This record gives sequence, structure tokens and C-alpha cells, in this order.
Amino acid sequence: MSESGHSATEYIIHHLTNLRFDLTQMRFLSGSEVGGFWVLNVDTLLVSALLGALFLWVFRIAARSATSDTPGHWQNFCEMMVEFVDSQVKDSFHGRNPVIAPLALTIFVWVFLWNFMDLIPVDLFPEIAAALGVPYMRVVPSADLSAPFGLALSVLVLIYYYSFKVKGFKGFSMEVLTKPFGKWLMPFNLMLRIVEDLAKPISLALRLFGNLYAGELIFVLIALLPWWLHFTLGWPWAVFHLLIITLQAFIFMVLTIIYLSMAHEDH
Amino acid sequence: MNFNATLIGQMITFGLLVIFTMKFVWPPIMEAMQERQKRIADGLASAERGMREQEIAKTKSAQLLKEAKQQAAEIVAQAHKRANEIVEQSKLEARTEGDRQLVAAKAEIEQEVNRAREQLRSQVVSLAVTGASMIIQREIDEAANAALLDDLVAQL
Repeated sequence: MSESGHSATEYIIHHLTNLRFDLTQMRFLSGSEVGGFWVLNVDTLLVSALLGALFLWVFRIAARSATSDTPGHWQNFCEMMVEFVDSQVKDSFHGRNPVIAPLALTIFVWVFLWNFMDLIPVDLFPEIAAALGVPYMRVVPSADLSAPFGLALSVLVLIYYYSFKVKGFKGFSMEVLTKPFGKWLMPFNLMLRIVEDLAKPISLALRLFGNLYAGELIFVLIALLPWWLHFTLGWPWAVFHLLIITLQAFIFMVLTIIYLSMAHEDH
Repeated sequence: MNFNATLIGQMITFGLLVIFTMKFVWPPIMEAMQERQKRIADGLASAERGMREQEIAKTKSAQLLKEAKQQAAEIVAQAHKRANEIVEQSKLEARTEGDRQLVAAKAEIEQEVNRAREQLRSQVVSLAVTGASMIIQREIDEAANAALLDDLVAQL
């Protein structure tokens, strides 16, 4: 709902601005200031950390009281998630690595929770924050480019870590230099590999970011419409979005598993 | 809307989340699930075994029942046979006993008859002697007469 005195553009920009803390100047930035790299989006960090804590809390409760007897509701839910993720991992990852499955579970649930914040009415948290004296509050971490990129870069780091660990420096170099066109086209192979490895995190991050940013923007735009259109447009979009947020979390997880399984295999 | 140091923070958070999940969330849940899976598998296997055993027991009991019935029938048949035998035997015994008694009675009767006849004969003799002596009314040679009378007796 646009407040009186604000134009629609200002409203939208306000909704798309993070609460930024500049580490070089040690102060919060105001809306129009442009920060460099050393800026922390405090809202994104806070919300994602809280969501991560929520995830761990829920699953830890289930894990601590896990029995092989008839499971309770909570345990049942967590087991369902665990089994779902585990079957995904088993489908596409054939090595033995105790990290992959918990990693995939963390990604799936965490990203889902990030995305889920998109379904909360767009004005709720900014209004609460404003009431508490905080000028900006963006609560959808996946609609902040840094968050998906952080996740994608972590995945890239893991890809390289396991590539080196499994194949060794020599094996990995051989793979980079001689696949897929043989040793006589070494520079070409290398270039192709660089493009491929750049594409991995970028496609991972941008896919998630793009979907959620667009979703958020549409919710903001719906909020600008007359009140009687909120429900008629907001509800279908929310239902549709429910599908998208689950799907995006799932895609992020599956691609991570696939990339890591590729890092484990000689191909 | 540019990306910034937040991503470093996100990476750290992510790392911590993954480590915690790996250490404290995944293993207990997985363990419980696997244990349950095993228990279910065991339960199913034992149910299967139980069913098979029941099947075997059923056939066995059916067989036992059949045998028992057969035996019972045999026993009943034997009993019938034995009863018939006993009846036959008693009939036979009764008949033999009857015959025996009949024979004994006949013999006794004959004996009685003989005895009576002897008695009668001797009485007739003495009567004849008395008659003769009364008729003759005189002393006679008893020895000669005795021989004569014996003759008479033999002729009777």
C-alpha cells in the first residue's frame, strides 16, 4: 500500500533497498548512497541467519528425539525431508561422501525458507522495521543478489575442493587440459573449462535470484494497486509463487548435487 | 542492488549450517530411519516365516486329524468285530453248555432209569421168590432155585 506523499517509484525503490552497513566507513548507508564491495546487507544476513537457525532448531528437535519406533509428527516431517533429499542424492551421486546429503538438505530447506519470506505480505516487515526506527528492511534473502551468489560460490569452492581431493592436482589438471577435445587442443579445452566453471555459479545464483526478484517485484506492484485488486491478483500469484519457490529450492539443490557428483567422477 | 560483502557473510553462515547439519541433524535421523527400516524388514520376514509355519502346521494338523479319524474308525471297526466275536463265542459256549447239560441230564435220566429198572427187577425177583415161596409153601432147594431165578432175571 503506497503511503501518502510517496510516489510509486519511491515506494518500489524503498522496497528494493537493503539495510546496508558500510564496513569502510562503519556506518549505515542511506538510500541513495552507492556503497562499494565492503558493504553488508544487514537485513539479508540477519534474516537468513534466523531462517538457518529455524531450520536447525526444527531438525535438531526431531534428530534428538529420533526413534525407530512410530515417529511423531515432527520427526515424520523431518524424516520425509531427509528421505526426499537422500533419494535425490542417491539418484545422481554415486560416490561415497558423508557431506553431500546433509549439504543438499541444508541448501534445500534454507533456500526454501529464504524464498518463503516472499509470501509474507510485502509491507509487513518494512512497516515493523519503520516502527522500530529501521529505515530499510528487505526480508527475502534470495532476492538479494549477494545471498544466492554466496551460496553458489560456496558450491563452487566445494566443487574445486572435491575435484582436487578426489582426482589429485595432476588428475584434475589433466582433466582440465585434455577434456573434452584431447591434448592437442589444450588451450581450447582450458578456455571451455573456464567458461563452464564460470557458468556454474552464475547460472545457479542468477536463476534463483531472477525468479525471486521478479516475484518480489510483482508482489510490490500488486501492493500498489487498489485494495480490491490485492486479493484477486495477490492470491493467484501467491499460489503460483508457492510452486516457484519450492521448485527453485529444489533446482538449486539438485544442481549442487550434480555439480559435486561431476567433481567426483572422471568423465 | 549490486553484490557486496554480504556474500562472504552468507558463505560463513552456510558453512556453519552445513557443519551443524552434518554433525547433529543428519546422522540421528538417518540412523533412526535405517533402524526402523531394518525393524520393518525383520518384522515382514518374521511374518512371512510365521505364515509359512502356520501353513505347515495346518497341513500337519489336517494330516493328524485324518490319521486320528482313520484310527478311530479302525478302532470302532475292531470293537465291532470283537463284540461280534464275543457274542458268537458266548452263543457257542451257551450252546455247548446246553448240550453238555442235556447230555448229563440224559445220562442221569438213563442212570435213574437203569437204577429204577434194577430196583424193579430185584423187587420183582424178591416178589417172584416170595410169590413162589408162598405158592409152593414148602421148603425148596434154595440153591437150585437161585439158579433158576437168575435165569428168569436175565430174561426180564
